[in-house]
Amino acid sequence: MWELIAQNRRKSIIILIAMLMILVVLGGLIGAYISYPDGWIYGVPGAILIWLIMALVAYNAGDKIILNVSHATQVSKDMYPRLYNIVEEMKIAASLPHMPEIYIMNDSAMNAFATGVKPERSAIVVTAGLIENLSRDELQGVIAHEMGHIINRDVAFMTFAGVLMGSINIISHTFLRAIFFTSVSRRGKLGGKMGKSNPMLFLFTLVFTIIAPILASLFYFAISRKREYLADATAARLTRYPEGLASALEKITSTAGDVAYYNKITAPMFIINPLYSRDLTSGSSTVNFSTHPPTHERIRILRTLHGKGHVSMREYQSVYANHRKGDSSLIPDSGLKDNTPTSIRQPFAGDTQSHKKTLREVGDLLMAANGFYFLPCSCGLNIKVPPEMEKKHIQCPRCGTALTVPSIGSQQNFSQNQMSQLGAIVGAVAGGTATAATTALNTGPLSFTKKSADRWETFTCSCGSPIQLSPLFKARQIRCKSCRKKITINYPE
Amino acid sequence: MLLFVLILLGLIVGAVVIVVGMYNGLVVLRNRVKNSWSQIDVQLKRRHDLIPNLVSTVKGYATHEKETLENVTMARAQAMNANAGKDVKNIGAAESELSGSLAKLLMTVENYPDLKANENFMALQEELTSTENKIAFSRQAYNDDVMFYNNKIEVFPSNFIATSFNFKASEFFEIENKEEKIVPEVKF
Repeated sequence: MWELIAQNRRKSIIILIAMLMILVVLGGLIGAYISYPDGWIYGVPGAILIWLIMALVAYNAGDKIILNVSHATQVSKDMYPRLYNIVEEMKIAASLPHMPEIYIMNDSAMNAFATGVKPERSAIVVTAGLIENLSRDELQGVIAHEMGHIINRDVAFMTFAGVLMGSINIISHTFLRAIFFTSVSRRGKLGGKMGKSNPMLFLFTLVFTIIAPILASLFYFAISRKREYLADATAARLTRYPEGLASALEKITSTAGDVAYYNKITAPMFIINPLYSRDLTSGSSTVNFSTHPPTHERIRILRTLHGKGHVSMREYQSVYANHRKGDSSLIPDSGLKDNTPTSIRQPFAGDTQSHKKTLREVGDLLMAANGFYFLPCSCGLNIKVPPEMEKKHIQCPRCGTALTVPSIGSQQNFSQNQMSQLGAIVGAVAGGTATAATTALNTGPLSFTKKSADRWETFTCSCGSPIQLSPLFKARQIRCKSCRKKITINYPE
Repeated sequence: MLLFVLILLGLIVGAVVIVVGMYNGLVVLRNRVKNSWSQIDVQLKRRHDLIPNLVSTVKGYATHEKETLENVTMARAQAMNANAGKDVKNIGAAESELSGSLAKLLMTVENYPDLKANENFMALQEELTSTENKIAFSRQAYNDDVMFYNNKIEVFPSNFIATSFNFKASEFFEIENKEEKIVPEVKF
């Protein structure tokens, strides 16, 4: 595994240096052209400065920028335990020291990507459509693929290569525009220096400026494709169930609709590139310019691997070599040494949940992630209150009961009423809730005085979750569902 | 003469450097094994903690499954005992027993649609499934580390260092998959 990363890094550095050379030559040529013949002295450092600034920004805030561009919101464990569990399983399988953050994109298209320059600060982003439509095994396959990108250090490479490509693009675009849109008069003035400089240099600079971005992206794409296969191999090894990822890829490519928020930089990061997602049928015409290998080939390799009954990096390598007609340079030999083949596991059996229920769960998850408050009414309806709502009181749309929207800070308490039933069980295991509940019991009863004896009334418990009293409720005490505190109820005389 | 002494000195220093390097390498590997064992341990404990809740939830619905429930509780107690002992083989045996009785319990649940639809039960089932997966994945990582470490101990020349500094081979952690052995009863 470690040798694999080292080899990966060596190759990446060579590619990065090649791209850096393009940047330097580009800067030098443009500098020399603007002020002949010594302008390159300013051109080269100028180009490198642009790159350095962009790289610094990318290193420190790149993941946050990408998450923002993609309109992704963070998800915690209590919002959707299943997704969190799957990520944690893969984290354990990959022996990653830190749990990646989980983000969700409110998008019905199916896709996913990983970001974060270091494995200690990584994030996995999935779309809502992905959770809705994939089974547990398929989702696990996709998460494992993303985990593969994280442990193979692909994300860091993609970020830096992306930044280099971006710098080259910016410089060449600016230069070309400057040439084509400079007015004639201005050109005359400047031309005193430039025009006379050297027609050959001008031609060469022009051609190179046009070629440079294409050259850079070729470098970028060439290595990114191999990384996809490598991440597939890692996913197969981590999950021990290649069929999961294979059928997930099949589902993702066969459904219509692309992710809404992506751009040229983020597109190659997705498990299926939204820019070229139709390659399942289109054969090999776009192959050389796409960042991802043809999906049908990825699926075929994974399926053949699954048919063999056991899985390891070496197995993937041999299947890959078979399919690619002897091209066996995917994984270096040193990466194969400490890899015993393990047998393929059984598929997960508990997937009995109806699709409708999953849809509802994902909808709730999205609202919870976006700060909606879940206000349960006594009639059984769960009212979702948007975070920007300022009204203090609302009427239940089904039964007409007046409800109080709990104020400040309670938005974070989404989980408490959702998890109230299971919180007592699952949460107690973690130890936290159990001790909290016992200490809460010892603090003595709180009290609430009803305004009238025969009306619906709602109040907020000190833990933030709302409690409703029906007109039929006549007892002197009630226990809060989420914090288990006893609350004394007083009645008007 | 001076040259000879220098060469000798150089050889001694070189040998010491090599020995220290090998020793440190072995320590790193042993720590890796320990660390991945603690990963398994965390998950096993989590499973033990989940079982009483599962049993009490199932009890409310499946009143006729007393025996199955008792089996699970017993297997859990045994597994917890074995865990206190720190003997990898014993733990493996006890945990396989527990996995088997759990699988049986989850199979009987199929006969109780009300229980299957219960939210508590569904949350517990998700937690249990995930914990089982985590055990399987951490076991795999542990066994990989053990194999690497044991190989280093047996292989020349690091085997000399291992024997003289008392590095002992670690044991693999095996859980038999009893789920596959259980054939569901068919009733007509």
